[in-house]
Amino acid sequence: MAKIKLAKDKVEKLVEICKSFNNEGSELINVLHQAQHNFGYLPAEVQEVVARELNVSVAHVYGVVTFYSFFTMVPKGEFPISVCMGTACYVRGAEKVLEEFKKQLKVPIGETTADGKFSISCLRCVGACGLAPVVTIGERTYGRVAAGDVADILKEYQN
Amino acid sequence: MIKLTIDNKEVEVATGTTIYKAAKEIGIEIPTLCYMHLEDMKIEHKPGGCRICVVEVEGRRNLAPSCNSKCEAGMKIKTHSMRVLNARKTVMELMLSDHPFDCLVCAKSGTCDLQSIAQNLGVREIHYTGAKSTYKIDTSPAIIRDMDKCIMCRRCETMCNDVQTVGALSAVNRGFESVVAPAFEMNLEKSTCTYCGQCVAVCPTGALTEKDHTNQLIRDLADPKKTVIVQTAPAVRAALGEEFGMEVGTLVTGKMVTALRNLGFDSVFDTDFAADLTIMEEGTELLGRLGAHLAGDKDVKLPILTSCCPGWVNFFEHHFPEMKDIPSTARSPQQMFGPIAKNYLAKEMGVKREDMIVVSIMPCLAKKYECQRDEFKVDGDPDVNYSISTRELANLIKQANMDFASLPEEEFDNPLGESTGASVIFGTTGGVIEAAARTAYEVYTGKTLEKVDFTALRGMEGIRSAKVDFDGLELNIGIAHGLGNARKLLEDVRDGKSEYHAIEIMACPGGCIGGGGQPLHHGDTSVLAKRAAALYREDAGKAIRKSHENPYIVKLYEEFLGKPCGELSHKLLHTHYFDKKNEIEIE
Repeated sequence: MAKIKLAKDKVEKLVEICKSFNNEGSELINVLHQAQHNFGYLPAEVQEVVARELNVSVAHVYGVVTFYSFFTMVPKGEFPISVCMGTACYVRGAEKVLEEFKKQLKVPIGETTADGKFSISCLRCVGACGLAPVVTIGERTYGRVAAGDVADILKEYQN
Repeated sequence: MIKLTIDNKEVEVATGTTIYKAAKEIGIEIPTLCYMHLEDMKIEHKPGGCRICVVEVEGRRNLAPSCNSKCEAGMKIKTHSMRVLNARKTVMELMLSDHPFDCLVCAKSGTCDLQSIAQNLGVREIHYTGAKSTYKIDTSPAIIRDMDKCIMCRRCETMCNDVQTVGALSAVNRGFESVVAPAFEMNLEKSTCTYCGQCVAVCPTGALTEKDHTNQLIRDLADPKKTVIVQTAPAVRAALGEEFGMEVGTLVTGKMVTALRNLGFDSVFDTDFAADLTIMEEGTELLGRLGAHLAGDKDVKLPILTSCCPGWVNFFEHHFPEMKDIPSTARSPQQMFGPIAKNYLAKEMGVKREDMIVVSIMPCLAKKYECQRDEFKVDGDPDVNYSISTRELANLIKQANMDFASLPEEEFDNPLGESTGASVIFGTTGGVIEAAARTAYEVYTGKTLEKVDFTALRGMEGIRSAKVDFDGLELNIGIAHGLGNARKLLEDVRDGKSEYHAIEIMACPGGCIGGGGQPLHHGDTSVLAKRAAALYREDAGKAIRKSHENPYIVKLYEEFLGKPCGELSHKLLHTHYFDKKNEIEIE
């Protein structure tokens, strides 16, 4: 019998989230959305609890978590940076912007800075192609970003 | 009904029929790597993912995947036009561009669907080069996963999740990185896998294979210091012939014995002997629990569940650990044979335990894991050293240049080679409980059972129930094969809704005859009924058909064991189960 460790309040919260979706296996994506909203990420322990509560296999939960780029198994930074790599943003230089963020923060895509402040990820089209290239940080959206703007953008969050 | 033409042949099919099926009805086999229809299990796997089954529909711009495209009235379909063949070749070349080129040394070579379809398509060159998948090979005690060879047909997922409801496998990640894996891409050994091997049985490539023990066996056979004895499970004799081109359902018991003797085994014994022993122990346990129940004991656990299938044991340890005191404590025949061989036979033969190697030939992959369980070892020495599958035995016979079909037929050695008809039918769904009924009837009623065939217990339905009359006492018997069906019966037991006194469960569809170690049926489940019929034929032809009448079983109890479920039996022939569920510990 393998044991999985998770704090009591976290388990309670997860049980509550699952219950709010009637513990339906078909609500898995919604449950994971809520869980990530609450915990910031979806570690293995959280997936185990969700699987148990929804009566689906852990392999299935993990399959869904790894399929959707929105879900993450590593904690995101306090300010999660997403660079749009959709076609419009890409052709207008999103890659250079992304490289600049990586250079300035010294972390690769999908990871978080040591101080927990920033994380970098890519996404595919936020539906604001007119503003390409687009970067989102938390709830904020930046349009027509150039590599040269990156330092100034990061400064806004430094304090 | 609608009419259409396929390859210029008119065909009339029911509305909703797929092009693939319509073609099949008029004898046109469209090649496919992912499609799989398990009719007996009512499972149709048609993800339309491999794109090998594409056909040309006149008037349509794109080729249609025939496995999930429905027929329409008046359709004109070509299944082998140049466009179709070119598309199939392109798809195949793309698949092969991300596939290791080690066919010559691959375990699946010769029985690989990917290889045979590539050959049929005449692929001689691969025009594409690109990224190649590189995964670590995952070796468990029974199954090896080499995901570099996976083509994402996802048949294994359907077996694991829909048929068996084990839930060990899922497609994970996305795009080029997607792969079928256990949760968190951990090793199979750490997952809820039961080692039933049904995934291996349907894998069209060498991505999923059994852990091979043949080299170890060849080494042991060559060691003059070792006494190597073998036991063969009932289902092996009903399927081994298929590996040598013999008709499905051919019984090859005698030839198999000869082949094993030729390979160099010191003695060739029969797991059927141990199956008779299982009936003595499990039957006694059943009557004990039943007697207590009838006497009004409220604590007695009923129904009793059979415990001879190691895949099934793994299943309830993972998924229903709270019910682990309901199955019989009797070990499986394989694990009864081991201790009898090493504690009783070894003394008779004057062989030291450490010099005796017990090998089993099994239709099963879970048996490979079972014999390695710690509770079946004495000071680290396993009662059964290792288990090889029907397929591995066939390979060994081929390695030894034997012309299997023309081998003479020989008899098993004694004392552990004598068996009854009851034990032979252990290999098919319903067989264990029928064998138990034959013995339990006579022990309970004290009368002779005139008609030993309990035909009500036979068949291929996934869940069956029957009433057996024990001279006025009516016993309710449940039978399930395939773990998905077992789950349904178990949930009823857990919820207190089960009316059964005894339930037989086998993990694989069809029972052991459909085991993960058997000759591959490539999704054609009609072979299962033929293998079952072969076992019932062997049973009917046996002089003795009740386990308790096996003279060597009688002798074994007189000379060694004492009585069924006695002290020595408990030590050597019974076991206990473990809770393997992941527990969530609250901090």
